[in-house]
Amino acid sequence: MNSVTAVMAVLLAGIFTSNMVLSRFLGICSFLGVSKKVGTAVSMGVAVTLVMVLATAVTWPIYTFLLVPNGLEYLQTIVFILVIAALVQLMEIVIKRFLKPIYVAFGIYLSLITTNCAVLGITLMNTELANIGLPPYLHALINALAAGLGFLLAMFIFSGIRVRIESSDIPRGLQGLPITLIAAALVSLSFLGFSGI
Amino acid sequence: MSKGKYLSYLTGGIIKENPVLCLLLGTCPTLAVTTSLMNGVGMGVAATVVLICSNMVISLLRHVIPNKVRIPAFITIIAGFVTIVQMFVKAFAPSVNNSLGIFLPLIVVNCIILARAEMFACKNPVLPSILDGLGMGIGFTATLAAMGLIREIFGTGMITLSETVRIPLTSGLGIEPMLIFILPPGGFFVFGLLIALSNKLARRKGKKPIEELGCENCPSKSVCELLEQDKQKIDKEQEGLADE
Repeated sequence: MNSVTAVMAVLLAGIFTSNMVLSRFLGICSFLGVSKKVGTAVSMGVAVTLVMVLATAVTWPIYTFLLVPNGLEYLQTIVFILVIAALVQLMEIVIKRFLKPIYVAFGIYLSLITTNCAVLGITLMNTELANIGLPPYLHALINALAAGLGFLLAMFIFSGIRVRIESSDIPRGLQGLPITLIAAALVSLSFLGFSGI
Repeated sequence: MSKGKYLSYLTGGIIKENPVLCLLLGTCPTLAVTTSLMNGVGMGVAATVVLICSNMVISLLRHVIPNKVRIPAFITIIAGFVTIVQMFVKAFAPSVNNSLGIFLPLIVVNCIILARAEMFACKNPVLPSILDGLGMGIGFTATLAAMGLIREIFGTGMITLSETVRIPLTSGLGIEPMLIFILPPGGFFVFGLLIALSNKLARRKGKKPIEELGCENCPSKSVCELLEQDKQKIDKEQEGLADE
């Protein structure tokens, strides 16, 4: 496989066929909690994408060059969660200092991201990638980007649907969260169609 | 403290404050690993062990950990126990390890554990914390088992107890199992119906049903509130600058 097709394959798989939220069930809390308005959902999606790529950029070298040579693979969960927590804190401080408008728009989501399982999930998955002919570090980064974009897409689509649900007449027993979950099931069903490609 | 109070710590998590159906915590593993009964139970037991241990240690250290860095401290403690559990499962139950996959290390970010640390263990003595962890764990395991059972029966038409023991339920009846139930959409669908059922029971008892995933049970609530204040301060400063 030449490298352009390989990159495309990784991107398509991350965004559509193995979508972070809808087929891997990672980041459900934020998917259900922050998707009430399109604007906030997209902000959250962008913040998660950013943190995913940065977290992978930091954790992958730590895993490959520090943990594996020393036989410390079993420490990856502790190391990764601490690195992500520190990274998010650092990002928050830097953004607050230099990019105040962005901090006002994204700040609140950054703190939620530390405990977002999608971020820890993607960094853990990126340590076990199959070799498809891309340089491994680049592959991990593209994979993280694809997963983030998949999360963003799912948030965007779903928030649009939720806005419509708000204004429709729902049977009393299903009002609120149950209908939201059933709508998520239908969106997930449509993403299932991609796995045929 | 009376015996009844200790008992209430234990039973609270099982029904009245069921972590999944009433507090809406830990939705990711609930949806992801409940493709079969045994997967659900495996996840539930692993999370319960971590929950009891982390509740115990956090409760013991509650006067030592400074308030400002408590959440990173909790996460480190939890991650330590998750690693121990992960190594145990890998060594003694490799099949469970294979079927839970990435969700085993992801117990670290399971909101149930952080939420109980933040809301219960860091304010209460050791014994109630352990009982609370046990009760919440049983509630979590029971919900996961129920969801796994429903999805497995509808999705495969049989109950798989181990690699060799299978109880066929629909064979010979001419009923095709609905594969969709063990695929991702089935997870969302069954969970939605379970929440609807639990809401109906709550309404019948005159309690408020859960309408959406709110902030009140979220472990990050205190952090969010601080940030919100921060944000308002910045907004005010900017308004002040604009006025000048």
